[in-house]
Amino acid sequence: MTNSFGEFGQAKMFFVIGSNMTEAHPVAATFVKNAVEKGASLIVADPRRHKLAAFADIHLGLAVGSDIALLNGLMHVLIKEELYDKSFVENHTEDFQKLRTLVEKYPPERAGAISGIEPELIVETARRLARVKPVMICYTLGITEHTCGRNNVVSVANLQMLLGNMGVACGGVNPLRGQNNVQGACDMGALPNVYPGYQAVTDPKAREKFQAFWGVDSLPQEIGLMIPEMMEGLEEKKVRAFYIFGENLANTEPDIAKVEKELAAAEFLICQDIFFNETTRFADVVFPAAAWSENDGTFTNSERRVSRVRTASLPPGEARPNWWIFREIARRFGQEWEFASAREIWDNEISVLAPNLGGIKYGRIEGDGLQWPCPSTDHPGTGFLHNGGAFARGKGQFLPVDWTPPAEVPDADYPFVLSTGRRLYHYHTRTQTGRCEGLNDLLSEETADISPRDAARMSIADGEYIRVSSRRGKVTVRARVTEEVPEGLVWMAFHFRENNANWLANPAFDPVTLTAEYKACAVNIEKQVCECQGN
Amino acid sequence: MPFLSINTHRTFFEPGQTILEICDALSIRIPTLCHLKGTSASGVCGVCLVAEKERGMIRACDAAAREGMDIRTDGFDVRAARKKAIEALVATGNHNCGVSGGMTSGFTDFQMDAGRMESSFDLCPVWGDCRLQDLVYEYQAQAGGFDTAWKKEVPDVGNPMIVRDFSRCIGCGRCVKACNEIQVNRAIDMDKSWGRDVATTVKGSSLTDSDCVFCGECIQACPVGALVDKKAKNLWRPWEVEKVRTTCPYCGVGCQQELHVKDGKIVKVAGVEDAAPNKGRLCVKGRFGYDFIYSDERIKMPVIRENGEFREVSWEQALDYTADRLKQIIKASGPDAVAGVSCARSINEDSYQMQKLFRAVFKTNNIDHCART
Repeated sequence: MTNSFGEFGQAKMFFVIGSNMTEAHPVAATFVKNAVEKGASLIVADPRRHKLAAFADIHLGLAVGSDIALLNGLMHVLIKEELYDKSFVENHTEDFQKLRTLVEKYPPERAGAISGIEPELIVETARRLARVKPVMICYTLGITEHTCGRNNVVSVANLQMLLGNMGVACGGVNPLRGQNNVQGACDMGALPNVYPGYQAVTDPKAREKFQAFWGVDSLPQEIGLMIPEMMEGLEEKKVRAFYIFGENLANTEPDIAKVEKELAAAEFLICQDIFFNETTRFADVVFPAAAWSENDGTFTNSERRVSRVRTASLPPGEARPNWWIFREIARRFGQEWEFASAREIWDNEISVLAPNLGGIKYGRIEGDGLQWPCPSTDHPGTGFLHNGGAFARGKGQFLPVDWTPPAEVPDADYPFVLSTGRRLYHYHTRTQTGRCEGLNDLLSEETADISPRDAARMSIADGEYIRVSSRRGKVTVRARVTEEVPEGLVWMAFHFRENNANWLANPAFDPVTLTAEYKACAVNIEKQVCECQGN
Repeated sequence: MPFLSINTHRTFFEPGQTILEICDALSIRIPTLCHLKGTSASGVCGVCLVAEKERGMIRACDAAAREGMDIRTDGFDVRAARKKAIEALVATGNHNCGVSGGMTSGFTDFQMDAGRMESSFDLCPVWGDCRLQDLVYEYQAQAGGFDTAWKKEVPDVGNPMIVRDFSRCIGCGRCVKACNEIQVNRAIDMDKSWGRDVATTVKGSSLTDSDCVFCGECIQACPVGALVDKKAKNLWRPWEVEKVRTTCPYCGVGCQQELHVKDGKIVKVAGVEDAAPNKGRLCVKGRFGYDFIYSDERIKMPVIRENGEFREVSWEQALDYTADRLKQIIKASGPDAVAGVSCARSINEDSYQMQKLFRAVFKTNNIDHCART
């Protein structure tokens, strides 16, 4: 996030796109709702009329995967009616002409035809966005989990720069991160192209720096593989040893049948986890890990805030902190790593190596955490980025992008769109929430959410078992008939193994980020003749 | 800037501030049972009384500061007035927590009946952790002598998370404020059909049929034993727990939690009031999703696959075996034949160590995590 949760309560206007905040980030949603109650405007763009839409002035029920068309349409109106922030565009951005030329191709009529939104509503939305300043844009995986995910993100940034909503409190581009420490894992360089603090592995200077600090004679120069490439590498035998730390890939990746074939092909599979799960079935060795609250450490949230995690309980049996396990493996390769606690590792290595984290030390984050960039120990941390329109690269660059449809669209055989995500009462593959008293009682099985019109047309009753099939698999699941879902859409989550949406999801990836298109594939639904469960 | 006098001190204030807010900023404690910080004042408990020179006793929570006011927050008259308000609240429900004092009338029949009702016969689950009880003690309030004409009701235990015992409700409305003004779920509201104000569901008779999303904000707001965390009930006493601040392990908001730890085990989770970023708030997973760590199914020993089956081994064996296999593969096929996925749920220090292992030890950049999903 460029901005902070603390600004939500004072924000004047929100544009929430591709984010089912009340279920996926419930506490963040409470601050949005508080602001709306105090008079802030809210525009929600989402194929589903989810709970936050009830608080919105406008709900744009766009077609799945049509975000760029909608955003380009909004920018078309802003430019045509000269409602954009001319001063910001002139002083703080470049390539505006390129953007103008591209969005010229997206008049409201065309944007509306692609997205299914009335052209008048697109015009009205653009005018409202221009009327209030600043506007905060929040998005989640509804933007990124598409074959055009990277372009979706770029479009959101284009819109905010055009509106001049960057570099100010209560504005900005705010992706709500899906997992507690996905921001931190990125910051730590658990990425194939960067070291901790986003220093490129291809930069000789950065390589030298880390080489010297780690006391090694060489570091690899080539950018490594991303997860889908690793998985494919297993079958091709290009990747022979695969080390999975705290991920249940057999349930979380699209096209489970394909994923399991890949995992089965691994020559040597190491899993490090707190529970045996669908992925450890393929492992050659499993290390028992300490869980949350069983060792000290830090998490970094969506707003770049590094906060403490503390020990409450001892890990069971022989389970050990993960950093200890990695250290022990390094020792067996002849490297003795000096530091022997999370605090030592943070204070003496991470914060020394990553310039943006330089001022964050355990002693400073006993209470509230600090938000990076925090370059020195007298720096208070940074609530919002690009202050006054000063971007890291100098001027903000418009990167105009065309709309592209999802990789798989409905046809005669698979006439419905399947979109997937999370529900409130569970988290991912339920390895954790499925073992918490009470949460299974609040949600005990998966459903396929369908619209009342589709249900009526197909004589499907609420709670009735239906079969949902795609080119990759089929599941039997209860139908949940709900007004949240528009006609033609099926919506499912991936919390339960037997009818996990990932049996159906399409392993088509964004060409740049290799993020899978979890949000769009084509499925068919059929009424089950008997109420027996099972595939 | 206008000013007023509080306990003879001249104090400036912002127009629109209440006496309670001004006192709060000055760290002058005014007792209140109904006011919930950050929400509108309701004034129903009547405990937050202060003496104003010209107007007499006024409620601090909804009295707007005015130029020239002369406020006194303590004194015999103030304490007597507060005590009376507290006694009125005690008499409305099942608050027979050993604080009746030496009144000849003792407990009311209603209180005795309520104590005999199913499931509420036990000692109050928040005994020792109750704002009302604290005030009863501080003000030496005594129960009895008030009418208690509202319906008797057995506790609602019909949902997995929240025990609702209206016999212990003082009608303060903090849960309703928490639900409607803090979390804005609009699941409960004050209901007068009970003969007096209690917080009931807006839709349906049980929480599971209502719009409740079990965030448990109402439990955190309840000053008495009317709303209790079912999972934590009767497991702890305030003096037995260590409160450990930590960060929630679920979504990317990073809510600050106050773990209640007894004998090395988490027995309850609350939000850390006033902490960034969540300001005391939690969701259903943050508040109730902690006990997975105590599951019997946790992996407790390293295992190695042998003839298709897992065999428990020591750390030495598991680590030696793993290092040997990795060395063989790297020797035969080069470091890029190894790839790893880090964990976006675990701590920063773990991801740092893993990427360091891959880069500095294995010599490959094949390290990733679910960064983009």
